Amino acid sequence: MIVRDVIDILEAEVVYEADLDAEILSACGSDMMSDVLAFVKDQSVLLTGLVNPQVVRTADMMDMHCIVFVRGKSPDQTIIDLAKERGITILKSRFRMFTACGRLYDAGLRGGCDI
Amino acid sequence: MAGLKLTYDISSAEDDFTRAGEASGSVKKKLRQIGYNPEAIRKVSIAMYEGEINVAIHAGGGKAQVEIAPDAVTMVLIDHGPGIADVEKAMQEGWSTAPQEVRNLGFGAGMGLPNMKKYTDSMEIETEVGKGTTITMVVKA
Ligand SMILES: Nc1ncnc2c1ncn2[C@@H]1O[C@H](COP(=O)(O)OP(=O)(O)OP(=O)(O)O)[C@@H](O)[C@H]1O
Ligand SMILES: [Mg+2]
Repeated sequence: MIVRDVIDILEAEVVYEADLDAEILSACGSDMMSDVLAFVKDQSVLLTGLVNPQVVRTADMMDMHCIVFVRGKSPDQTIIDLAKERGITILKSRFRMFTACGRLYDAGLRGGCDI
Repeated sequence: MAGLKLTYDISSAEDDFTRAGEASGSVKKKLRQIGYNPEAIRKVSIAMYEGEINVAIHAGGGKAQVEIAPDAVTMVLIDHGPGIADVEKAMQEGWSTAPQEVRNLGFGAGMGLPNMKKYTDSMEIETEVGKGTTITMVVKA
């Protein structure tokens, strides 16, 4: 799967476009950033309902290429600027967390952990 | 071993939470520039970010000293905050004293210190209630 597929599956709006052809091998959905940081997996997409700059910093530390804000939440300019600086694509989906994760799972994406 | 020494100020989350994580971000950038081992970069980034956030949210700010040597990266996080009364408890996954405001910012899962331990080759905590905390972490290249 690539970022473009995530956009289709989540009927998402592109808020900031970095590399839309970047490969996505796993996903992580959480509103707690340390929970995300406990999960090490390459080329992952982060789904979150939390909207603040620390989301971008967390994704950057994990070398993630794409962040999806669920429930139609809009990131502000500070968040977008940080994503630009780090080369991370920002998407916005109207789906709630459960549905967004379920759609990606259905399309074959996995958590990347055993549990 | 002689290495590149970097020092950063960490501001309190109450003053500027947006900037929390800047020191870790800049260390990550530096390590990339010098072509450090990518796995080590990721471990340093995560451990230092967690430590930096803790200093910002639990201790009202402090500083970070980082030494980059060819064989290892040493990170020292120093604060003069409240200290940690029970280190053993604080090291447990899920244990947190973070108030609701902090949880609303996405922190307070009680995973920070366990993550720091997990991603580093050594981690030492010196802390005294009322005086502050110094955490030293080493990641081998
Ligand atoms: N520098 C510090 N000064 C004072 N107390 C600290 C410091 N770092 C950690 N603590 C204490 O240890 C507890 C556990 O820290 P830890 O980083 O594991 O979790 P957290 O910060 O509460 O949540 P998370 O890191 O998952 O967002 C904190 O809730 C806090 O009480
Ligand atoms: Mg923490």
